[in-house]
Amino acid sequence: MNAIILSTLWGVLMMYAGFATSNKKTVSVIAVLGVIAVLVSNWLEFLGLPFFNIDTKGMLGYNAFGFLFNAVTHATLLMYFLLSAKEIEGSSKTPSDHYALIFFITAGISVIAGFKSLLMLFIGIEIISIPLYVLAGSDKSNLKSNEAALKYFLMGSFSTGLLLMGIALLYGDSGTFYLEGINIGIGFLTPMKTMGMVLLMVSMAFKVSAAPFHFWTPDVYDGTPTVYTSFMATIVKAAGFFAFLKLFETAFGKVHAQWEVLLSVIIVLTIVVGNVTAVFQQSVKRMLSYSSIAQAGFMLLGVYSMNLMAKQGIILYFAAYGFASIGLFAVLAKFKDHSIEGLNGFAKKQPVIAGSMLVSLLSLTGIPLTAGFFAKYYMILSVLKYGNNLWLVIIAILGAAVSVYYYFRVIQAMYFKDEADATVEQVGFSKSFQLLMVVNAIVLLVLGIHPDWLMLFL
Amino acid sequence: MQVMPINYYIFLSIALFTIGIVGVLTRRNVIIIFMCIELMLNAVNVLLVAFSKMHHLNAYALDRATTAGTEAQLFVFFIMVVAAAEVTVGLAIIVMLYRNIHSVDINFLNRLKH
Repeated sequence: MNAIILSTLWGVLMMYAGFATSNKKTVSVIAVLGVIAVLVSNWLEFLGLPFFNIDTKGMLGYNAFGFLFNAVTHATLLMYFLLSAKEIEGSSKTPSDHYALIFFITAGISVIAGFKSLLMLFIGIEIISIPLYVLAGSDKSNLKSNEAALKYFLMGSFSTGLLLMGIALLYGDSGTFYLEGINIGIGFLTPMKTMGMVLLMVSMAFKVSAAPFHFWTPDVYDGTPTVYTSFMATIVKAAGFFAFLKLFETAFGKVHAQWEVLLSVIIVLTIVVGNVTAVFQQSVKRMLSYSSIAQAGFMLLGVYSMNLMAKQGIILYFAAYGFASIGLFAVLAKFKDHSIEGLNGFAKKQPVIAGSMLVSLLSLTGIPLTAGFFAKYYMILSVLKYGNNLWLVIIAILGAAVSVYYYFRVIQAMYFKDEADATVEQVGFSKSFQLLMVVNAIVLLVLGIHPDWLMLFL
Repeated sequence: MQVMPINYYIFLSIALFTIGIVGVLTRRNVIIIFMCIELMLNAVNVLLVAFSKMHHLNAYALDRATTAGTEAQLFVFFIMVVAAAEVTVGLAIIVMLYRNIHSVDINFLNRLKH
């Protein structure tokens, strides 16, 4: 509850900060302070020190999983603000508005972290989506950004319609919006409930961009200004997975056998489509948006198996994927040309940045000693523990093997290719940015060696 | 008192919802697509109100002081508020697009891609 109220209040504060000061640097400092305040207050509530006591009639409630998810969200958001502050400042005349929107989205994510009623699920998803439509179209004169905003908006509200129909059908059958009340026992799966469940699954698959509902993702991620793509593809996407996992665990956990086939088809399609199409991309930004589909397939494995190991793994996955992608996107946002050739010989010019990017790419691939390895390991192990699904594991591992190709192409361009053509951009990086990229890489390495430090709390 | 069976409401609502989905998938004008999405949301509203009445009547037969079924009507208000917020953002996006390309046709965007 602390996190929801504080991030909403800070969002309002950010709106007024734009009036109070015209100095963009000050606005960024206020935003960073806000994230730290939200992070600390969330942690204080976890330790048993809530600032507010509000009776939500059991619609919102946090357990350790929710608190930990909130903490990971705030930590990645802090890294995002620190790395991308310059781009957010440059994206608009009044960056304080954009910061305010991001804080409102954070409040929505905190609602998602604690929902116990379908009403709160709906409200949370909408609080996340509506400001994101604005951020996607924030580059008003750029046609690609317009297209991204329109596509995202149409797809988002379409899937919201499906979500609402699913909720209405579930309500009609069970007479309650509470997840515990809906929790269907085996043998009570009426046609209406089945329909509602399938509609909810389709709409959540839309939100997390799982195949075959992924077609909007590459265009939207490519057209959105790179700073906001970074936010959209990591922090917001993690919230979608959290909602998916929690919804299907608490409301449909007992009838797992009924929907697992449908979900495993979605997972296989997502892993295959994401990895295979990413191979053919020439632009790093587009490659990362396809790779985010492929990573989504891996995270869906946690939704599939739903045991304790899956929860630990998915939290680690959020952290690993979030930090790695935010680092890569932050570097990418400094370039105008996003093609892979644009990075040729990058390691010679900027050894520190290239080294940090190397760690991020290795983590996305899932090489041992980086956080991505244990994230993928836990996901696969949780499916094996669930049992009887070796084919799913084999497809996931094959997908990860394919992903080596397109991640290593970037590494190859940075380290083993000369800058033959003179058109390669000269991009300057400040000392503080380099330091932060190193910190980002260290976080990934530490989580790769000691994943238990994160899971200790679950 | 003769009550209209719930099936009629479900069929009406599903019909409206399907018209909405088909409209979103086939029409090319952004404004029409937008209207179809609103139709989908309002089909859900009709269904929720009907279910709310149904659950209320069922509970009322057992207990005269019941408040069962009110939560769905509250949900409808939430849907209406969120739909209004979505309309403001959506129309702003459409106006922004119209300023740049002087058209509200979806096909135009597909031509831009390559």
